[in-house]
Amino acid sequence: MSTFSFVLITIIGSGVVTWLSRIMPFWILRKIKLSPRVIEFLSFVPIVIMSALWFENLFHQHLGHLPSIDMENFLASVPTVISAIISKSLLVVVIVGVISLAVVRFIM
Amino acid sequence: MDDQLDIRSAIKDTLPTVFGYIGIGLAFGVVGKASGLSTFIVVLTSLITYAGSAQFVLVGMLGAHSPMLTIIFSVFLVNSRMILMSTTVARYFKQESLLKNILVGSLLTDETFALSMSKVNKTNGRLNFEWFNTSNLIAYSTWAVASFVGALLGNMISNPEKFGLDFALVAMFIGLLYLQLISDKSLNFNLQLIMVLITLVLVYLGLIFIPSNVTILVVTIIACTIGVILKHVYF
Repeated sequence: MSTFSFVLITIIGSGVVTWLSRIMPFWILRKIKLSPRVIEFLSFVPIVIMSALWFENLFHQHLGHLPSIDMENFLASVPTVISAIISKSLLVVVIVGVISLAVVRFIM
Repeated sequence: MDDQLDIRSAIKDTLPTVFGYIGIGLAFGVVGKASGLSTFIVVLTSLITYAGSAQFVLVGMLGAHSPMLTIIFSVFLVNSRMILMSTTVARYFKQESLLKNILVGSLLTDETFALSMSKVNKTNGRLNFEWFNTSNLIAYSTWAVASFVGALLGNMISNPEKFGLDFALVAMFIGLLYLQLISDKSLNFNLQLIMVLITLVLVYLGLIFIPSNVTILVVTIIACTIGVILKHVYF
C-alpha cells in the first residue's frame, strides 16, 4: 500500500470530485431554468436508476463477451419481488431479501 | 411511508434502508483492512469520499498502485450519476436557502435519492430540508459506523458475504422500484413497465461493452432518452 500522504490526498481528491457532482446541480439550478424537455428526461431517472442498480447485480461482466447470470442474486430476487408485491413494505422486502440470499447460498 | 415530512417520519422512512448500509459498510471496512489500509483511513474514506461502490474502486486502485489522478477520475466517473440524481432532486429545493441546498446535496446517495423519489409520490410532489437532511444524516452516520466496525472486525471475518447482508441493498432497490411503479402518477404505468424492461436489456448489452463502473450512468442516459421518445410517440 502507498504512503499515508498519497492515500490521504487521493481520498480527499476523490471526496472533492464526488462532492462537486452532488452539489453543483443544486447551485446551478438556482440560476437557470430547465427546459420542459429536460424535466421530462429527468422524470425517467428514478425508475431507470433503481432498475439499473438492481439489474447490474444480476450479471457478472466479461468485457467483450456476453455477461453471465449471477444465479444467487437472480434466485434471491424472486421471493424479494413477490414480497414487495404482497407487503408493499420496504422493511419486509429487505428482510425477505437477506434471508432469501442466505437460504440460496445455504442450498447451492 | 406516509405524507408527513417531519423528523419522526424521516427516521421511520429511513430505518429499512439502514440494513443496506450496515451490510455494505461492514464489507467496505473488512475489504479496506484486508487491502492494507488502517482503521483510521477506512473511516476517513467513508466520511470524506462517502461513495458506496466508488469506495471499493478507490481501495482496489490504491492496492493496485494506480496513479492518483487515474484513481480520482475513476471515482468521478463511477459517481457521475450523482449529477443526474442531484439535478432531479434540486427542483424540489428551489425555495430553500443555498446553504440548505448544499447540505442536502453534500450527503445525497443512491439510497436517499431513491427513498426521496418514493416519498414524493406520497406527499403530492413535496420534499423539505428537515426530512431529507434527517434521512441523509442517518445514512451518513450508519455508513461511517458500519465501516468502522467492519475495519475493527477486519481479519476476523474473511467472508462477510456469507450472511446474505450484501443483498440488503439490492433488495432495497427492488422494494423502492416496486413502490415507484405503483405510486408514481406522473408516468403511465405501462410506460414505466416498458422502461424497466428496456433498462434490463440495456444493462445486459451495456455490460458487454462498457466497464461496469460506468454502465449505470450510460444506461440511464440512453434509457431516459428512449423514455422521452416513447412518451411522445405512443403515450
